[in-house]
Amino acid sequence: MEVLKIATAGSVDDGKSTLIGRILYDTKSLTSDKLEAIEKTSKQKGYDYLDFSLATDGLVAEREQGITIDVAHIYFSTQTKSYIIADTPGHVEYTRNMVTGASTSQAAIILIDARKGVIEQTNRHFFINNLLRVKEVIVAINKMDLVDFSEDIYNKIKADFETLMEKRDYQDQNITFIPVSALKGDNVVHISKNTPWYKGQTLLEHFELLDTEDVYNVGTPRFPVQYVIRPKTEEFHDFRGYAGKVYGGELSVGDVVVALPSQTKSKIKEIYLYDQSYQTASRRSSVTITLEDDINVSRGDMLVKVDDLPTIDKQFTATISWMDSQHLVTGNKYVLQHGVNKVLAKVDAIHHKIHPDYSGIEEHISALGMNDIASVTFKLNKTIFFDPFKNHRTNGSFILIDSQSNNTVGAGFIQ
Amino acid sequence: MIKDTSKVNPLENEAIYIIREVAAQFEKPVLLFSGGKDSITLVRLAQKAFYPAKIPFPLMHIDTGHNFPETIAFRDRLVKELGLELIVRNVQDSIDEGKVKEESGRYSSRNSLQTTTLLDAIEEFKFDACIGGARRDEEKARAKERIFSVRDDFGQWDEKNQRPELFDMLNGQIHLGQNVRVFPISNWTELDVWSYIERENIEIPSIYFAHTRETFLRDGLIWSSDDDVVYRDENEVVEERLVRFRTVGDMSCTAAVLSDAADIASVVQEIRDSTISERGARIDDKRSEAAMEKRKQQGYF
Repeated sequence: MEVLKIATAGSVDDGKSTLIGRILYDTKSLTSDKLEAIEKTSKQKGYDYLDFSLATDGLVAEREQGITIDVAHIYFSTQTKSYIIADTPGHVEYTRNMVTGASTSQAAIILIDARKGVIEQTNRHFFINNLLRVKEVIVAINKMDLVDFSEDIYNKIKADFETLMEKRDYQDQNITFIPVSALKGDNVVHISKNTPWYKGQTLLEHFELLDTEDVYNVGTPRFPVQYVIRPKTEEFHDFRGYAGKVYGGELSVGDVVVALPSQTKSKIKEIYLYDQSYQTASRRSSVTITLEDDINVSRGDMLVKVDDLPTIDKQFTATISWMDSQHLVTGNKYVLQHGVNKVLAKVDAIHHKIHPDYSGIEEHISALGMNDIASVTFKLNKTIFFDPFKNHRTNGSFILIDSQSNNTVGAGFIQ
Repeated sequence: MIKDTSKVNPLENEAIYIIREVAAQFEKPVLLFSGGKDSITLVRLAQKAFYPAKIPFPLMHIDTGHNFPETIAFRDRLVKELGLELIVRNVQDSIDEGKVKEESGRYSSRNSLQTTTLLDAIEEFKFDACIGGARRDEEKARAKERIFSVRDDFGQWDEKNQRPELFDMLNGQIHLGQNVRVFPISNWTELDVWSYIERENIEIPSIYFAHTRETFLRDGLIWSSDDDVVYRDENEVVEERLVRFRTVGDMSCTAAVLSDAADIASVVQEIRDSTISERGARIDDKRSEAAMEKRKQQGYF
């Protein structure tokens, strides 16, 4: 089974919820009771069309204000794939939700209102999806029905966006442009007769043809140990298994591995998933590994291949996305969670703030506020084993936790 | 030996990862078990997460006293077979102690009363993490739920102040008195659960399959009249119908659906073809448009 997770980004009123509702409707994923509820509410509001945005706008506060305030997850499936859409809000103050949604997605839809074209918000949405290295980006130029399905307008917006693309850091990101009308259904699931000049695929066709494995980060195998399994039963008296998930690449029986931080060498003896044993643990699989030698490995340690060590250090510089109303100031201490490993981190220096609209950087910064993105150096109380984010999406990222509130207050991408 | 794990369901990999994080990050986790298909799936995933060791936490059932007898019998058998620890706390006790008041009338149900019993049990055992089988596709308030969802001392959900969850990283740090509700199958759909049950050959209570039952109609839904739990008006006519249950909650709030799906393969096919959502047969969600959101804020699952 293939699962594709897609993040959506768009400004208020770009029609994001309508687009998702349209996808659900045209793929016949809206059940009759949900459709009934949408018909009823649309009628109550006096609309002469179906307000599909009602399919996703879940919370009472949102219905009152008519905006999406948090990440919502929407599910549908086709014969080919299971889809998860992370619907993230587009307004300026909710950068943190967009970062969150993009972090777990392999594809993203950036919505542009054809009447407005590329606006400052579009820059931000693109910046964040590029920063988070989301492999596939669809630029959906929406509300084409309101600009008479004009090819010129579509081309103008596409050209503007391409200018923006020159500024991107992650060049290998695949970007596809599609003219759509979410409200009327053009080029969403069904190809439109109104855009004869458009020779590409519909939004759904594009996703259907994506290779979900290809969009995952292929790196070098990293196996952070989550939990040590010791049954202590008669049958499994000496069993000592390391439970975890394989990130990047794969691990096989017989591979020579090094346990970090002890740097002790051993060989993979068995790979289990439940009561089945496997020759190879593929990337993203949750398995239990046993080693030939009885070495000391505990939670937070990492197994890696002997010829492929990550950086082992107590200091690094990262691009961080700050998500808390309490400011980040030089000298502040946080709990830094890197995978399943937790250490203490001190803010050593804030180098500069990065404007997520591609308008440049700002130096001599003393504090970071909610939604700021900045380059920051951290010093740690213990070594961690990391890769640059550009090489390894999982082993190059971390979160910051405030030890007073216990909240997740920031996310970082190691440079 | 099987060649590699690339064909393993990505949702299963994710759920096992989450369950292991619970065992590693918390001191007193518990798995909330209702006897329904979602919690039965969770038990299988937990077995897989820790094999060959036993599941390192107990199961807890908040028994409304209005469960289908088939569910209770199934629960007891499963626990015995797997050698698991089961804690049962009864809504009836909360009623007897005067902590909650039984509803009366046509739509009366003990469903919302469970919250008090659950919160009391969490406090009694000092559970810091409760694993549940809720899924985001079930209901729109649940679509916004986190995988690790922090609840305050009163068990309340603050939907506006949820922790962002990035990549695979789950932040389980909490203050004393708080607890976390954990949803390992957040990203599964109803069809995903059924397909998994089919592929893994997991046993489930018989009421999920087609059987004849004494029923009556109300508001277009089919209710069981086999027992005295469900309130029935004099003029509501009892008839025998071939039905099954698509979701197994309380008898008082779970309606049956007409079905001849007698085995798991036909159930999967039925779900695939279905145009009614699962919770469409749950009267507890129909009380108002925001019914689930309100219950969740009060500490319901």
